[in-house]
This record gives sequence, structure tokens and C-alpha cells, in this order.
Amino acid sequence: MRVETLITDKLQQHFSPSYLEVVNESNMHNVPAGSESHFKVTIVSTEFEGKRLLQRHRAVNQLLANELQNDIHALAMHTYTPSQWAEQQNAPASPKCRGGS
Amino acid sequence: METIDKIKQQIAENPILLYMKGSPKFPSCGFSAQTVEAVMQCGERFAYVDILQNPDIRAELPNYADWPTFPQLWVEGELVGGCDIIMEMFRTGELQPLIKETAEKYPAAEEE
Repeated sequence: MRVETLITDKLQQHFSPSYLEVVNESNMHNVPAGSESHFKVTIVSTEFEGKRLLQRHRAVNQLLANELQNDIHALAMHTYTPSQWAEQQNAPASPKCRGGS
Repeated sequence: METIDKIKQQIAENPILLYMKGSPKFPSCGFSAQTVEAVMQCGERFAYVDILQNPDIRAELPNYADWPTFPQLWVEGELVGGCDIIMEMFRTGELQPLIKETAEKYPAAEEE
């Protein structure tokens, strides 16, 4: 839970999200049980207003640069403004693993 | 050639370029598989680099791109995004015209 807690806290503090879901999806991949390597983040924040997807993802990547370098192998990211989220209400599922490392 | 120069050359010479794990026929990562499928659906020729076969590029590109993960789609020398962005653009219908217009703009390059 170390990495999961860490990224949840960081995202919470930095983006003050109205909705945040951090899911450890490592068990979908070929890694030891209990790993914290693959995550999916769904985050809704007014901070994303007027920002393109690339900029939103860069903002999250920057915030989690340390974790991405050391712990996280894959980070699926779904970023929405509150009005986008009101229309959508759920993020796409992550794809199945294909075995590459 | 230095890896960074190789990367710059690839990006400069290929108007539609996908850095991915595996090949379009045999992607070896779910995120790469989804992305390459979306790009292929656009129906234009594109270049790809299998980063599992090119560990030097895999190591270097995230720094150059300021983007930590793969796949990465580059169009006309600019990073468009990774899997989630490409899938969202495909869903909203933004990806198809981008790929089509780029392919039309560079017919010669696409022939190579």
C-alpha cells in the first residue's frame, strides 16, 4: 500500500480533486503478488480546466516523477474537469497485459 | 550515432511515428496494443519503433520527450500522447483527421 497511499496523498494535495480513484492493477500483470507496479488513476479537478490532455498528463507525471522513476511501471491516467465527468461518470477499463516488460 | 541523434532523426523523418512495445502485428503490451489498433484504424501508413528491441531508445526517449511511459505517438515532430490520450482522441474523433491530414501533407515521406 506504500506507493498507492503516496500517490493518492500527492494527487489529493496537489489537485484538490472532486473525485479521485487510485487502483492498483498490478495483479493484471506478470509481476509478483503484492506488487505496486501498475496503477490506474481517475481524477476530476477544476485544475484541468482549459488544459489539453497532454498538459494534464504532464502535470500528473511531474507530480509523480519520483514514483514513476522508482516504483511505477505503468500509469493509466484519466483526467477530467467536473463538467466532463458529469457527462462521462466512469473511466475506460485498462487493457489486458500482453506480456512485455 | 548517439541515441539522442537517432531519436531526433526518427522524429524528424517520420511524420507519423509510434514508439511501442512489440510490433503492430505482435504488440507485447496492452497499452501499446490498444494504441496501435487505434492508429491503424485511421487507415494511413505510419512508422513504428519497437522499444523492447531498442533499449537505448527506451532509456533515452522519456528524458527527451519529458514523458515517462510508452507507447508514445509523435506527429509532425510533436508528442501527441500515450495510450490514454490516443484512445480518448480516437473516441472523440480527433485522432482520425489528425492522422489523415498529416498523411496527406507528407505523401512522399509516407511512400518511403
